[in-house]
Amino acid sequence: MLASRSIKTTAKQWAIDTAISMIDLTTLEGQDTPGKVRALCAKAKHPDPADPPTPTVAAVCVYPDLAHIAAGELEGTGIHVASVATAFPSGRTSLDVKLADVKYAIASGADEVDMVIDRGAFLAGNYDLVHSEIVAVKEACGAAHLKVILETGELLTYDNVRRASWLAMLAGADFIKTSTGKVQPAATLPVTMIMLEAVRDFRDAHGRQVGVKPAGGIRTSKDAIRYLVLVNETAGEDWLDPAWFRLGASSLLNDLLMQRAKMAAGRYSGPDYFTLD
Amino acid sequence: MPKFEYAPAPESRSIAGIKESYGLFIDGKFTDTVDGSMFKTISPATEEVLAEVTEAGPADVDRAVAAARKAYEQTWAGLPPAQRSKYLFRIARLIQERARELAVLESLDNGKPIRESRDVDIPLVAAHFFYYAGWADKLQYAGFGPAPKPLGIAGQVIPWNFPLLMLAWKIAPALACGNTVVLKPAETTPLTALTFAEICQQADLPPGVVNIVTGAGETGQALVTHPGIDKVAFTGSTEVGKEIARSCARLHRRHTLELGGKAANVVFEDAPIDQAVEGIVNGIFFNQGHVCCAGSRLLVQESVYDEVMTSLRRRLTTLRLGDPLDKNTDVGAINSAAQLARIRELSDVGEAEGAERWSPPCELPAKGFWFPPTVFTGVSQAHRIAREEIFGPVLSVLTFRTPAEAVEKANNTPYGLSAGVWTEKGSLILWMASRLRAGVVWANTFNRFDPASPFGGYKESGYGREGGRHGLEAYLDV
Amino acid sequence: MSDGPAGGARLAVRKTYKLYIGGAFPRSESGRSYVVTDHKGGFLANAAMASRKDARDAVSAARKAFAGWSGATAYNRGQVLYRVAELMEGRRTQFAAEVRAAEGLSAAKAEAAVDAAIDRWVWYAGWSDKVAQVAGSSNPVAGPYFNFSLPEPTGVVAVLAPPETSLLGFVSVVAPAIVTGNTVVAVASERFPLSAVTLSEVLATSDVPGGVVNVLTGRVTEIAPWLASHMDVNAIDLSGVSVSDPAQADDLAVTAAGNLKRVIRPPDTDWLATPNLDRLLAYLETKTVWHPAAP
Repeated sequence: MLASRSIKTTAKQWAIDTAISMIDLTTLEGQDTPGKVRALCAKAKHPDPADPPTPTVAAVCVYPDLAHIAAGELEGTGIHVASVATAFPSGRTSLDVKLADVKYAIASGADEVDMVIDRGAFLAGNYDLVHSEIVAVKEACGAAHLKVILETGELLTYDNVRRASWLAMLAGADFIKTSTGKVQPAATLPVTMIMLEAVRDFRDAHGRQVGVKPAGGIRTSKDAIRYLVLVNETAGEDWLDPAWFRLGASSLLNDLLMQRAKMAAGRYSGPDYFTLD
Repeated sequence: MPKFEYAPAPESRSIAGIKESYGLFIDGKFTDTVDGSMFKTISPATEEVLAEVTEAGPADVDRAVAAARKAYEQTWAGLPPAQRSKYLFRIARLIQERARELAVLESLDNGKPIRESRDVDIPLVAAHFFYYAGWADKLQYAGFGPAPKPLGIAGQVIPWNFPLLMLAWKIAPALACGNTVVLKPAETTPLTALTFAEICQQADLPPGVVNIVTGAGETGQALVTHPGIDKVAFTGSTEVGKEIARSCARLHRRHTLELGGKAANVVFEDAPIDQAVEGIVNGIFFNQGHVCCAGSRLLVQESVYDEVMTSLRRRLTTLRLGDPLDKNTDVGAINSAAQLARIRELSDVGEAEGAERWSPPCELPAKGFWFPPTVFTGVSQAHRIAREEIFGPVLSVLTFRTPAEAVEKANNTPYGLSAGVWTEKGSLILWMASRLRAGVVWANTFNRFDPASPFGGYKESGYGREGGRHGLEAYLDV
Repeated sequence: MSDGPAGGARLAVRKTYKLYIGGAFPRSESGRSYVVTDHKGGFLANAAMASRKDARDAVSAARKAFAGWSGATAYNRGQVLYRVAELMEGRRTQFAAEVRAAEGLSAAKAEAAVDAAIDRWVWYAGWSDKVAQVAGSSNPVAGPYFNFSLPEPTGVVAVLAPPETSLLGFVSVVAPAIVTGNTVVAVASERFPLSAVTLSEVLATSDVPGGVVNVLTGRVTEIAPWLASHMDVNAIDLSGVSVSDPAQADDLAVTAAGNLKRVIRPPDTDWLATPNLDRLLAYLETKTVWHPAAP
């Protein structure tokens, strides 16, 4: 039902700018290099050099060993440095190694940590273990803000997503995140809706607000706007802010910029007019 | 000011080429009245006049029935069934081709949101014609004998709440079985039926197979009591349905009736609350509650009453009421001044009888007929708002403690059209389904319709089924 | 297949007849072809001569397509089949010319055969969302249980098309299998394969997902045993040999028992007559479900 909202004109302009400001611009490839991360940071700071008033993104998201590059490039910009940790994406290693991974990321300059839960433990019903790992990671984060990746594509049922969301929030998550982006399906509207319902109910029950981040598979402006409508009509407008809602994406940014340009110029644009980095 | 203010997203109305004036569709042509008059049809959202339409007089009805008889005897009944099938497939395709135009027209004339007419009404209309097209040449497999015959001429009277869909529910099976029809659309919503007549012309349907006579109560009466027809099909109020049953009893005339309802939507404590709330909202606020099978009584298990009501009220604040042609509108206009008066009257009665009334904050446009989604709590079976069909966006909330009590309360009504059950437990769903005296039971969903799924009521909600294999029976001599 | 009047007239661009597998038109991996003649023995075209590997690929494509096709709504399948009829209608003249050239029928008879083929598609299209109501049931068991039986498609169906007709017979054996959600590997009539290939062109452009129907042309005696023995084929229609070569039909049926395929061996059929339900029901499995109906 929510996918049928029609967002036009002024509402669309607001939605596009807001979506841009909520992006965690991401590169998580085995072949990432310092050069690639520098280029991504340049894009984060100046998404559309042809149009300076374009909002900047919320964060850049990288692997821990490249976090120091991002930290250097983004210093003083207000753009967050998010690093994945805890043996992303599989999470299949000892707790000690996972905690060391977190500490390394923070020491390298990350102020946000995206961890993965132990899906094997979760599916085997070992909720205690999943919970205690999150608690330990949160402690290791110190002042850094913690996003907990549920990997909804591996949890498969909506009941599991809801349960994992509550588990993560009870353990201290600052944000719950849908996916690593390495497993299909990644973020979907239904799964995100379940998570938005969960954060809404959690705040009602416990008085603490937790953020939501769908990640992976969000490619077009139309997708992004649907997510914003979902936030607006499920959790409510308190969540319509980069402090409480992020979009984990990479190619989405240029599509948003193209839409932004089309609204300003009244004609369709093309990829040649937008920088790759 | 909300952070995310949705800008107006109006569907253009230019696509609906409304004529200034419409005649009657008789014997394949549009024709002027001989003994009737003209009346105006308006948009309930703005009160502007949309067009002038004919009120058929008795001689007009005569002509239409004669045309239907001639077409039946000389053309339609003798046509190879595979040909009938192909005509219906053509009509289905034409409806799909003109879908947008029909949706806009429906929203203008009826007041329902464009999202509903576009996403629900019109697709179902096409689907009904597709479904019954396939039965036309397969009747020997329908379970009614090796060679079931049609009844002849069907006189059909339909209501204003789903104008074109109700037309499809009537005409598709009637034609598939080899009957010809004379149909009278509701007086406040004639336009899509008249456009359907054009579609029949585009499909090259033989003249006289479908005849559309517009008009109000008198035209309808002339039609259903006309000596020249063999079968009456009526969807509308229980009051009029009983009158028709009486006259058909005297005339020994086959008839099927689809009447009112006061459906119970039962929410158990283990129901997934967010989904149940969606179901409740869909059940009573879809189509502004102008639905015979609307879940107008919410029966919620006492143990989850607070949680459900909190969630429900929160959800209602996100409903958007306004211009039916705006693609973001959830709640459209009430169909007529008369209907609005009735809804207001019964709501006032609700308050007077001691129930508590609540609506989300809602700005009503200055012109047109509007009523905000309304919830009454503290309702008991004795209240009029729990017994009488309001046919508007008004929900009455009652509580229960056990499944047995839920069944008892749900069945405690002269109506029996539909019911909803919300619980995670499969065996409870099936137990409830077997005990609810209702023609349609929705479990963990509501207001789902499909041409393959039979629909119709128990008790004073009428008799006969529309949709599915069962829907053929009404139009066969069996 | 005339090139037009001789002497300076326009030279026709002749069609190449290939196989239809997985929504694409490959030549046989064996590179072979065979000569198809008209009713007078004159050259019509070279049709691909499918090999066992083509058959293997076709089964693989059919299996891949099964989940999607059987998972589509009956309404959707019905509409797709109706669309096939729409496009066949548009090519009526082409089909009639092909049928006429192949079988030597009069113009009127060829047109009648094509019209019957189109109407057959429409007839079957209309069954898609009704089979469950005719072949399924709710069963009144003696206990507090809800019990219902549902027909479901069996899976990949190998079909040997009738040998003596080019289009009508082919349509009559393929449509009933796919309308309920099965996917098909069809071996066209060896003598009259060309219309089946032209039909593939219609299928490819009518929203029929690739792999739902796969068409092989060639020597039936060569390909059929490979399909009959294939362990990932769920059913086989022996119409291609059951009347013309009963001994071979026997052999194939015996081979098919290797994984207990459902085997149908229809008798001689008047293709012009409206069918009964046999072919429609032949490729359905019945699933019966119980659920307690007490709280």
